[in-house]
Amino acid sequence: MSAADVTPVPMTAKRRGAQLGMLAFAVLIVMGAYASVGLGLKDKVPSGMLVYGLGLGGVMLAAYLVLAKFAPWADPLLLPLVTLVNGIGLVMIYRLEEGGIKDASAANQLMWTALGVVMFSATLIALRDHRALQRFTYTAGFVGVVLLVLPVLPVVGSEHYGARIWMNLGPFSLQPGEFAKLALVVFFAGYLVAKRDVLALAGRRLLLIDLPRARDLGPVLITWGVSIAVLVAEKDLGTSLLLFGAFIAMLYIATQRTSWVLIGVLLFVGGALLAGQVFSHVEARFTGWLHADDPKIYDAGTSYQLMQGLFSIGSGGILGSGLGRGHPGLTPFSFSDFIFDATGEELGLTGLMAILMVYALIVQRGLRTSLASRDPFSKLLAGGLSFILAWQVFIIVGGVTRLIPLTGLVTPFMSAGGSALLANWMLIALLVRMSDAARRPPPQAIQDEGLTQVMQR
Amino acid sequence: MNGPLKRVSVACLLMFGLLMANVTYLGTVKAEDLRTDSRNVRAFYARYNIDRGWITADDGKTTLAKTVDTGDTTFRFAREYPLGKAFAHIVGFFAPESSSGIERAEGRYLDGSHPDLVVRRAVDLVSGKPAKGASVDLTLNTKAQEIAYKDLASTGKRGAVVALNPKTGAILTMTSAPSYDPNPLALANKEKVNKAYNKLDKDPDKPLLDRAIDLTYAPGSTFKTVTSAAFLSDDTSRDENTEVDAPDSLPLPGTTISLPNYHGESCGGRATMVEALTVSCNTPFAKIGMDLGYDKMKEQAQKFGVGVPLEIPLGVASSSIGPDEGKAALAQTSIGQRSNQMTPLQMAMVAAGIANQGTVMKPYLVNKIMGPDGTEIDGTRPEELSEAVSPEVAGELTKMMINVVQHGTGTAAQLPGMTVAGKTGTAETSPGKPSHAWFIAFAPVEDPKVAVAVFVESGSAGNDATGGAVAAPIAHDVMQAVLGQ
Repeated sequence: MSAADVTPVPMTAKRRGAQLGMLAFAVLIVMGAYASVGLGLKDKVPSGMLVYGLGLGGVMLAAYLVLAKFAPWADPLLLPLVTLVNGIGLVMIYRLEEGGIKDASAANQLMWTALGVVMFSATLIALRDHRALQRFTYTAGFVGVVLLVLPVLPVVGSEHYGARIWMNLGPFSLQPGEFAKLALVVFFAGYLVAKRDVLALAGRRLLLIDLPRARDLGPVLITWGVSIAVLVAEKDLGTSLLLFGAFIAMLYIATQRTSWVLIGVLLFVGGALLAGQVFSHVEARFTGWLHADDPKIYDAGTSYQLMQGLFSIGSGGILGSGLGRGHPGLTPFSFSDFIFDATGEELGLTGLMAILMVYALIVQRGLRTSLASRDPFSKLLAGGLSFILAWQVFIIVGGVTRLIPLTGLVTPFMSAGGSALLANWMLIALLVRMSDAARRPPPQAIQDEGLTQVMQR
Repeated sequence: MNGPLKRVSVACLLMFGLLMANVTYLGTVKAEDLRTDSRNVRAFYARYNIDRGWITADDGKTTLAKTVDTGDTTFRFAREYPLGKAFAHIVGFFAPESSSGIERAEGRYLDGSHPDLVVRRAVDLVSGKPAKGASVDLTLNTKAQEIAYKDLASTGKRGAVVALNPKTGAILTMTSAPSYDPNPLALANKEKVNKAYNKLDKDPDKPLLDRAIDLTYAPGSTFKTVTSAAFLSDDTSRDENTEVDAPDSLPLPGTTISLPNYHGESCGGRATMVEALTVSCNTPFAKIGMDLGYDKMKEQAQKFGVGVPLEIPLGVASSSIGPDEGKAALAQTSIGQRSNQMTPLQMAMVAAGIANQGTVMKPYLVNKIMGPDGTEIDGTRPEELSEAVSPEVAGELTKMMINVVQHGTGTAAQLPGMTVAGKTGTAETSPGKPSHAWFIAFAPVEDPKVAVAVFVESGSAGNDATGGAVAAPIAHDVMQAVLGQ
């Protein structure tokens, strides 16, 4: 036992009041944005403002109460930050719906937000100790793979917009991949905690990097295989990239070996190049990125959507056109994949920087939780979940701003879509649960036992 | 595990840093390119989100172009031209990707982007109202304009009519036929507009061209007024009764051909200036031109505004008497033939200059600019362009032109109870082709209120069209309309 363990851990403040204040502030910003949409479009405050505003406020108040009761030590920033991006997404969807985009439905999105908060609460209530998840490592892995495979199956699976990532469920269609994301991160965390010593230590040194043993490559190759399978069978470049990237990051956190990162990157680049050769849709994504501005590529429709998105951001400029005063609906799927660009047109560079900052803060709070956690499983799970959130924002926002090739993914909390909202609210619930555990002061000694050490038999 | 976690945190920070840098690049450096990219239809939409100012005439009493609030969220304001064809060339049209006429020339006032409207614009921006432009009032006399257009178009003539207020230069009438309906060109639909435009553009009669200012034509005998002006100004002792040589046929130096009179008529060997102009003999004026020389002829033409760049505010094609090509060519130039090419507006300026005691006023179309709140922002003050001839020479020329209308080729332009001065022109185009018919005039002589030039294009008014028979009656109608008779 080292000396560090003896020094008392400083009491962390719960800061529940500050959290409630920030939550109210986030809801107020969103209500203001609603009013702004109505003023911009029709010169009057929309009648739905109170319904949406109070609806969102009520739902978030419920989430706050559950959090205060079941995770009192949780990070106070997470819930208000998520509320803000969720609310801004809701406003943008409302604005697009009012602007005549038929597929955008603010009522649906509000309903899914409410269900998301139900999932958030349910997770917090049911999962009192997240370490219990470690016991379900392989179950989680199995569930994750099944969820990934579901859309490929006949009858239950269905293909929309060129990607087979939907599952029919009565009147709704779900994207099981979003939930698979959570299950697989839990699996990776559990598996890597168990195997990290072997993965980290065994192997030999070659050319300055430590190469792992061939048989330890198994899990990496399997994950790589699954990712490529997703890419091939579901034409879902985004999820494939998301999962593989998250796995490599977690492998690195667990083993501290750069060689894993290199092996992972090489495998993925190799796989992607191969896929680019074999599958036309992957190649099209690449050309559409590299030569987006080329009139030929644009007219062929390959980069049409991306360029429209960029026109949206460019037209917004620094301050944006103001909510309801731009034409964000011109970009196809402005309410889902391209909601970031749509927001850029009306809120400008200023608004986009604020949103990216909010995402960055959510990720930062998650990573902080990871650093503060006391056991390896919690560290790995919190780190993995935070990274996958950052990674997802990077892939989709980078894609729609032409930083990297465009791969369809959901902008967390903003894009229209139920599955993603539910899954991401669960992700936040897990982070909240872990931050509660990490910040909860360790049990204090009941009485000062002085210098006398009680020896146990 | 904290070591690699921290490194992963740095990686996350880097990812967000990259995203922010890229978004900043798009929103600042690249924004202008993206905004103005031709494939970005927002600029197209923005055109229809401005409450564009109206274009009016008759001191605001007649509407030539108006903006209608459709309530549509994408294309909110529509542009309409209630009087259509007769005014199309002047007013122009506000098309999805371009504009023409006054719509273009005064575009910055009409769409409110002119620096004079900057305060108003800022107020609109802050209050969130759509920008409102200033309205433009034109100098046109709509009654005269419509009569002029009807006279040309109803009988299928191609040509132009220009009427000026000789004392100010205000353009009272400027019409061109054939014309077009500007309304289909102002729809908020690129495809339809392009189709309509291409159809007009391919029309062999070229309805899109404003024959009054876009094209130049041989002015024929109307140019003899300019030749006379040069002759009278050259020696102050000369007047309308000065006798000049008027042979039946004038040998052209350096060539084997000689210049006849119109239809081979005789002017009796010698004639006074007034006689020569009244029956429009060719030989005396050709000889006068040759005797004066190219430079004097060119200088006199220039004093009437020939070759002076004009913006009224529409651009005007440059008129010219052509290059110096020797005596024989100058003889033809002096009677308004060969490379002597004038716009109908230029010939109206000649008539107006003579009417205004020799002083040519700068022609203009815009009477005043009215701000969105109804206050006058700008009004045009009449300006002198040049002094073409002395008042004495103008007086002599006027007397000669009165005779043309009273006893000569221009009797069709007579107005009851009023003295009219004028000059016909019948310009040969090319051998075997019908002539252009011209007429320039002003009235009333004692206190000129209107100067007019009528041009009817070759072949559109029969094969034997002459200025006196075809153009003079139109001038009569337009002058009558302006003078309110």
